[in-house]
Amino acid sequence: MTSARNNLLVILALIALWQLAYWAIGDLALRPPLDTLCKAAALIASEGFTAHLAETMRAFALALGIAVVVGVGLGFCLGMSRLAGEVGEPLLVSFYSLPKITLYPIVLLIFGIGMPSKIAFGAIHGIMPIAIFTLGALRNLPPVLGRTSRALRLNRWQSAWTVLLPAARPEIFTGLRLGFSLTLIGTLLGEMFASQRGIGFLLMQAIGLHDTDVIMALTLLIVAFAITASMALLAVDKRLRHGAA
Amino acid sequence: MNVAATDAAVHIGLRGVTRIFGTDPRTRVNALGPIDLDLRRGEFFAVVGPSGCGKSTLFDIVAGLSPATDGTATFEGRPLDGRTVPEGVGVVFQEDASFAWLTVADNVAFGIRRAGLGAAEVKRRVDDTLAFMGLRDFAAAYPAQLSGGMRQRVCIARTLVQRPRLILLDEPFGALDQQTRLIMGEELLKLWRETGATVLLITHALDEAAMLADRVGVMSARPGRIIDLVETPWGKDRDSRVVADPRFGEITARLWTRLRDESMSALSQKAG
Amino acid sequence: MKRATAIRLALIAAIVLALELLTRTGVIARFVAPPPSEMVAGLWRLLLSGRVQPAIAQTLGKIAIACASAIVVGSAVGVAVQRSRAVADAMAPFFTAYYAVPVYAFYPLMIAIFGVGEAPQVVIGFMLAVVAVVVNTINALDRIPRVLHKTAAVYGMSPLEAARRIYLPHAGPYLATGVKLAVSYSFIGVIGAEFIMSRVGIGHEIVFAYNNFENEIMYPLILFVLLVAGTVNGLFYAWEKRLLSRRSRS
Repeated sequence: MTSARNNLLVILALIALWQLAYWAIGDLALRPPLDTLCKAAALIASEGFTAHLAETMRAFALALGIAVVVGVGLGFCLGMSRLAGEVGEPLLVSFYSLPKITLYPIVLLIFGIGMPSKIAFGAIHGIMPIAIFTLGALRNLPPVLGRTSRALRLNRWQSAWTVLLPAARPEIFTGLRLGFSLTLIGTLLGEMFASQRGIGFLLMQAIGLHDTDVIMALTLLIVAFAITASMALLAVDKRLRHGAA
Repeated sequence: MNVAATDAAVHIGLRGVTRIFGTDPRTRVNALGPIDLDLRRGEFFAVVGPSGCGKSTLFDIVAGLSPATDGTATFEGRPLDGRTVPEGVGVVFQEDASFAWLTVADNVAFGIRRAGLGAAEVKRRVDDTLAFMGLRDFAAAYPAQLSGGMRQRVCIARTLVQRPRLILLDEPFGALDQQTRLIMGEELLKLWRETGATVLLITHALDEAAMLADRVGVMSARPGRIIDLVETPWGKDRDSRVVADPRFGEITARLWTRLRDESMSALSQKAG
Repeated sequence: MKRATAIRLALIAAIVLALELLTRTGVIARFVAPPPSEMVAGLWRLLLSGRVQPAIAQTLGKIAIACASAIVVGSAVGVAVQRSRAVADAMAPFFTAYYAVPVYAFYPLMIAIFGVGEAPQVVIGFMLAVVAVVVNTINALDRIPRVLHKTAAVYGMSPLEAARRIYLPHAGPYLATGVKLAVSYSFIGVIGAEFIMSRVGIGHEIVFAYNNFENEIMYPLILFVLLVAGTVNGLFYAWEKRLLSRRSRS
């Protein structure tokens, strides 16, 4: 209860900060919170917006699905063997920390302009953090779990599915939270470059036209979505951890 | 108790020491006291009590880490202010307080180096202390490379090197296995004999208290008060073999008899 | 660890070799990707020609400024926020959500505030990096056990001395994680900003080459960015590992 109240206070503080920034900087490249909210509402109601939103959501959902499956799978494969983990982890980490935006031309050359490129770009942002957290989660499991599985005569696959994965779930979920955010930014970046549809495309168009109203409104919508999702995921995360403790 | 002791013989003096947490009358907790107790200079005193009885609160007050709500606590005749640990007092905690970023030798040197001792003197005292605590071969190791017992030794050495006149230990062996506890107990006795310091040991292990201490103070369930003082008949050169002495069984039995009801009431406090 | 390193290098070599074969035999079309050997040769020629050095210097300079200021500001904010458990907890979901925010959308705002020069790109890099430092500073401070606070009290240390002698050394390896992330995020932020809407820097050169179908310039430049970022990140990763290894039981 108090945590929800505190979160609300943070939101109010952010809005206050925003309003202050507006008073300080002025109309040049900023709009006040209330105007932005109205503009965002108008934008949602406007013709064609739903189609753009649906496009982005579809790309994001697919990208996230790929990122979760590939990321958890990759992390699990590497996490099952100590040597594989030692070989793979630095590679995962260095790929995670690269400016992936420079790879965008290559992604475009391979997948062409449109949906597949966006999905690919979203997924490559999300896979690595999920894989890294999954790998770390498995490595940090107490060795007694592996011995227990053997005592229960579980084979490798049964042990992974019924013991290791559930035990590692809280930590993996933390990776999923981060993966969620990064997949979203990846998908949006994908749309900003080479797409004729989607929220990212609208944003890029607005930036090109210096349409501050639309830029602010879209950013607000994205931020609101990201924060809401993040809070929900954090709540699940906490429940998983309390269950585990 | 012990009002007859002369001032010079009293190392730690507690008069009506009480500790109350919180100010709201509905939620405040009377954690400790009132306690009247004198520790004689050079004695080995152990405090046992049920869990949650305020042993650690008492420890913090004697160490000068937190103030008493009521009453007075003195060390060598000077009042403890509850904010600073006076010179001459050494403290060892239950948790591993070794500095992970320093080698064993640098851990031990920490306090005296900070006090501004010369490099040669620091080295001499650190070497002596390392040898005394059996840590000489580990001088260059980092704490993470050592076992729990060895790390606790590092913490004791870090305190000892400052030549405290009063050594306070709060469940120092709580996280160690039984054999290691016995060995560490013997080392503590040796340390006490050779330094001549006063030792106050807080523990939940009755056998540990019975084996190590000259006197054992038994605390009641919260709010903790001293409900019994048990003197042990051991000589100064005792070691862990006293456990074979029939009187050892009698002492532990007496301690447990005094504690049994208190422990039960402590358990029901927790449940309620 | 030695064996793992050898296998890792062999794996990378195998991937590069496979790419070389696939491009040479035409399985991967030349317009998609040239053979790695040609990329390296192209990068060598490009560096010898001297035409990209100003862009490289500019970009790396911006990254350094963004990273350094993120570390300074982020640590200060982290220390301030961590002082109150309630504030730190309340802000947690916002920190994760932060990375879903397309900070590049604020570029026009940055231009309005800081002008059209290089400052906006630095600010974008800073904005990405600073949150990682804040989060890791909070995490590092949270990890200081209560007994070390008590130990500081035993030695009668002032808060400042305790921070310098005990808290900072204890938190060091975890703070290093923040520094490592700050480095990679300032790379991502600065190059990304250049990529999207600047007229200077390596990022811009890559986009320029892409738009003009100059694969023989684009690929070597991409390779260059990946190599530099990879090396720098790798060094910080190794540094962090070394600090942490002292803490784990061996």
